[in-house]
Amino acid sequence: MTEFWHRAGPVLTMILLLVALWYAAAVALNAAWAKDKAARANTSLSFSELVADTMNQEKPLLPAPHQVVKEIYKTTVLKKITSKRSLIWHGWITLSATLLGFAFGTALGILLAIGIVYSRAMDMSVMPWVITSQTIPILAVAPMIIVVLNAVGVSGLLPKAIISMYLSFFPIVVGMVKGLRAPDQMQLDQMRTWNAGGATTFWKLRLPRSMPYLFASLKIGIAASLVGAIVGELPTGAVAGLGARLLAGSYYGQTIQIWSALICAAVLAAGLVALIGLIERITLRKMGMLQ
Amino acid sequence: MSETVISAKNLSLTFQTNDGPVHALKDVNLEINKGDFISFIGPSGCGKTTFLRVMADLETPTSGTIEVNGMSASEARMKRAYGYVFQAAGLYPWRTIGGNIRLPLEIMGFDKADQAERVARVLELVELSGFENKFPWQLSGGMQQRASIARALAFDADILLMDEPFGALDEIVRDHLNEQLLKLWARTEKTIGFVTHSIPEAVFLSTKIVVMSPRPGRISDVIESTLPRDRTLDIRETQEFADIAHRVREGLRAGHAYD
Repeated sequence: MTEFWHRAGPVLTMILLLVALWYAAAVALNAAWAKDKAARANTSLSFSELVADTMNQEKPLLPAPHQVVKEIYKTTVLKKITSKRSLIWHGWITLSATLLGFAFGTALGILLAIGIVYSRAMDMSVMPWVITSQTIPILAVAPMIIVVLNAVGVSGLLPKAIISMYLSFFPIVVGMVKGLRAPDQMQLDQMRTWNAGGATTFWKLRLPRSMPYLFASLKIGIAASLVGAIVGELPTGAVAGLGARLLAGSYYGQTIQIWSALICAAVLAAGLVALIGLIERITLRKMGMLQ
Repeated sequence: MSETVISAKNLSLTFQTNDGPVHALKDVNLEINKGDFISFIGPSGCGKTTFLRVMADLETPTSGTIEVNGMSASEARMKRAYGYVFQAAGLYPWRTIGGNIRLPLEIMGFDKADQAERVARVLELVELSGFENKFPWQLSGGMQQRASIARALAFDADILLMDEPFGALDEIVRDHLNEQLLKLWARTEKTIGFVTHSIPEAVFLSTKIVVMSPRPGRISDVIESTLPRDRTLDIRETQEFADIAHRVREGLRAGHAYD
């Protein structure tokens, strides 16, 4: 039990601190509107009335934590999963695009990295483009991908997954190039003394050696995938997904809805990164690389 | 007349660097007989490691010829004529000790039963039986280096090339490993090429000591040891040992190794 508190203590303290800060900010930011209302009604508010009002506005500038929690509870537990008002339903839409995009991105990233490590021509020609691709704002590229793919009859999950892939392949390429190049000259010479070919060196040395690098990249990649999927949902006209909830919320000034979608996305991202972390620990422990 | 295993004729190797050419080896001639324990000694930059790497076909000479088992070095490498032990053990952290020793066997396509039998045999040779399922980080530096020697022995190459294998270990461990290495050499009757920068180590281990000197890298003396093949650490206290060590030192001095 002491062990638990030792680990959870700092995290819980931090969360409490943030919640306190959040409440303070909510009071400060929403006070102007509360005073406005009171002035128009020709009444004046005592301090406690003011605080009470700032915490329960319908469209606050900054919703208080309990309002967001209530909204999330209402849209997850109280709604049927198949309902279009259920955050779980929207979350699943985003998650499926994220996972598909992540799978694409991982495959593309690993393949590009292998090409870059084994071919000097690819190293010289592809790497600059890989870097360039990330300097273009995804918000500018996303609508074009959606429109172009829609024109050739592809819509729904795939365009979002491609945007998600566009963001997630980059950390995978960079990490895997570094990982596949991690074996030192001595280890490569050693392979040569055994007359091992390129394929053998890849499977027996380069690939296992790159695993720690791969997992570090995967953690960044999956978070980037989620961002990509959400961005991909914006230009589709706010039909479905967490991105759509964010956009619809901002159309109608539903700040509580925006914040609950935001929190949902954050929890989803944290969960995905933690899942990769778990797979990493299991894999590296099995490989004997975790002491 | 014993059989020549490695023969170098007029061997030269020049590296082109940004500071101009570096003559790592110049006109090196040497014959190594079957069953010899040859040490290469000299200051850094004398080309002793480069020479060993040329034998192993890890470097290509600029001129001259090198023959290993009557073939070119590259043919010999492809026929897996030698086992090479590097300065660092270089064990894969994701493989157990047994898995590391099995690695060259897997690459060379030995069948499973044969692999297991060989791993057990070489582990016994380097006195590491019982450590097969341990990971490298669970072993001391000296034990790791022994495992790497076992790995080089596993596929039964006649030649063992060792590049300062005990250089990173402390002297006590080193003495012990030197003694073990001699026993192993006696049991397996391999031809061993051993690079070192320790005079006592060279004299204690070798039947032939090749003294090298730098700029350009060349052989300045070849000393045939008069010590018996069967020796223990005590031999280091004898006059004969001191005489040979003295001649090695003279050879190093003649090659301006102390400049």
